[in-house]
Amino acid sequence: MAMHILYFAWLRERIGLSEERVEPPAGVGQVGDLVAWLRSRGAGYAEALADTTRVRCAVNQVFAAPEASIADGDEIAFFPPITGG
Amino acid sequence: MAFVRVGPADFDPGAEIERLQADAGDAGAIASFLGIVRRGQDNPIAAMTLEHYPAMTEPAIARMAAEAEGRWALSGCRIIHRTGLIPVGGRIVLVLTAARHRQAALDSTAFLIDWLKVGAPFWKKEHPLVGPAQWVEARAADDAAARRWSVL
Repeated sequence: MAMHILYFAWLRERIGLSEERVEPPAGVGQVGDLVAWLRSRGAGYAEALADTTRVRCAVNQVFAAPEASIADGDEIAFFPPITGG
Repeated sequence: MAFVRVGPADFDPGAEIERLQADAGDAGAIASFLGIVRRGQDNPIAAMTLEHYPAMTEPAIARMAAEAEGRWALSGCRIIHRTGLIPVGGRIVLVLTAARHRQAALDSTAFLIDWLKVGAPFWKKEHPLVGPAQWVEARAADDAAARRWSVL
């Protein structure tokens, strides 16, 4: 299962990447599972994704909750709460 | 169908109002919101950088503009949101709506800017005159303002 992951704002800076392709293990079927798996990939990930009250997600450009399902080929973005306007 | 543009280019608010008026037919009112980079007082800044999620930003704004056009029967709508580095005093965002009467134009403009603060994927980074650049923290008051319109 391959996914395109995007990171924005301070998540991008802490992880050190703006995007990457990943192949999570079987059993990663929801956004929350993906966050848990990403945290295990290194200190930058663990730090950026430590406090999920400060992390938002979009799956295929639509805001998604931790319980949202994810599938092969999805574009999944992680970012802080929005501060636009 | 609203006009939506997201990108680094600056805009001329007067020219944008004239374009909306020309496109809006028999509108009796145009309301506007113009957002500007503020210097601030406690830790004054020189500039601000706006980052966004390009694949999501314009479609998300267009959906909400269509919602406003339906809810207030608007005659037209233009939304421009800049990205990249903008100095103090620079324009960030322009929301314009046209309607038959003033209340619909004023209310839909307030709705759209309240929603933009929490619903369009932009992130602000401030560049203070002294010290390192810092990401702006989201404000609970912005969520509350958007919730008034039942959009969260």
